[in-house]
Amino acid sequence: MLQAENIYKRYAGNKVLRGVSLKVEKGEVVAVIGPSGSGKSTLLRCLIDLERVDEGRIVVGGETLVDTNAGGYADKAVLRRVILKMGFVFQSFNLFPHFSVLKNVTEAQERVLRRGKQEARERAREVLEKVGLSDKASEYPYMLSGGQQQRVAIARALAMDPQMLCFDEPTSALDPLLTQEVLMVIKGLAEENRTMLVVTHEMVFAREVADRVVYMKEGTVRCEGTPEEAFGHPEVRAFTSQAPQL
Amino acid sequence: MKYLNNPDRLVSLLWQLWQGLGVTMRLFGYTLLLSLPLGLALALMRMSRHKAVRLPVQVFILAMRGTPLILQVFTVYFVLPMIFGTAFERMTAVVIAFVMNYAAYFAEIYRGGVQAVPVGQREAAHVLGFTRSQAFMRVILPQVIKRIVLPVSNEVITLVKDTALVTAVGMVELYRVARNAASTVGSLEPLFIAGAIYLMINAVVSFLFNRANRFFAYYQG
Repeated sequence: MLQAENIYKRYAGNKVLRGVSLKVEKGEVVAVIGPSGSGKSTLLRCLIDLERVDEGRIVVGGETLVDTNAGGYADKAVLRRVILKMGFVFQSFNLFPHFSVLKNVTEAQERVLRRGKQEARERAREVLEKVGLSDKASEYPYMLSGGQQQRVAIARALAMDPQMLCFDEPTSALDPLLTQEVLMVIKGLAEENRTMLVVTHEMVFAREVADRVVYMKEGTVRCEGTPEEAFGHPEVRAFTSQAPQL
Repeated sequence: MKYLNNPDRLVSLLWQLWQGLGVTMRLFGYTLLLSLPLGLALALMRMSRHKAVRLPVQVFILAMRGTPLILQVFTVYFVLPMIFGTAFERMTAVVIAFVMNYAAYFAEIYRGGVQAVPVGQREAAHVLGFTRSQAFMRVILPQVIKRIVLPVSNEVITLVKDTALVTAVGMVELYRVARNAASTVGSLEPLFIAGAIYLMINAVVSFLFNRANRFFAYYQG
């Protein structure tokens, strides 16, 4: 479903990604873990063209987003197809504050997918029900808790029927209780065999839900494997045991 | 009390002020109608990725905000005809100067408003597949409007009062009528009456902008 090969990315002389490769198969849930500043989020943002790579190749669902050895970035039409194959959920939700919850979920369906009003609404009702927020359709984002806002953001992504979902630290802005409600939704999606790539600091979640765990540090993938393999790796153990012990 | 205790004279003054007010309001209306959209165009150019687009606009805004409006009015009224060889009608010349000046101020207000919208909004629009122009029209601009209501109200109120500047090129508007009447009769009363009229116009302007501001309170963020 997704292939990223040898990705390099610099920010003002800072090497954020140093030859990262990542593969996600159809139906697979991949968790990316690692310390802050390891390049996890940057990698994810490169996959949907929020950031541009300096070197490397990214292929999403058979479409080549970029190949710096063969013509660089794809043209607009291809970029658009790649973007529409992926749903993206941000750490900071990024709901549209001037739209109601319903309109947050229908707007892109109508404007981008050219769905009719009725069809967009029906799809919105379905996905809002899936994230447990059917009763909030007419409210505005500021009226909701952080956890509810993130669930709306997930619904908004789902409504576009992407082939794959990317989550960029979806619970890092939430307290533990709200984190749980969002993780439950993501877990529910994993059980539907959706293809997902989740950058997270929630180790228990990564261990329980992911088919594969990728550990990144200093802009490289240090190890990857099943949760058992990854969490058994000495470097990952050193990382996960850094949590403050009281 | 040369006017307030002389009804005939007062009525004739008010009639002249009314006619002057017509000129003032026309200048006000044309300027607002043209400078608000022109300001948006300038703001977009000012934020362009291309230096060749951005730089001239930056210089233009600096010139418009950095020199007196009355000088700009003179320039358009007296200097441009020398260059182009044709004189403009008074109202046309004055409106051109006012529109350029106010568009420059509005452009910077819009730019501030656009920059105040979190970058995450643009990113969310991008990942949902919106084109750049869809993202701007549907996501960014509505949020910009909420943010600029009060700064724009400042400019509009200033514009009401700035219309009095065109007296300098001989246009007979509200202030000029009042000043003429004052010097003819030797009384300050017409000027104070004119002042009261400016105040009433701006009371209405303030009221309308307050309403707009309250309208946008239906959402936060």
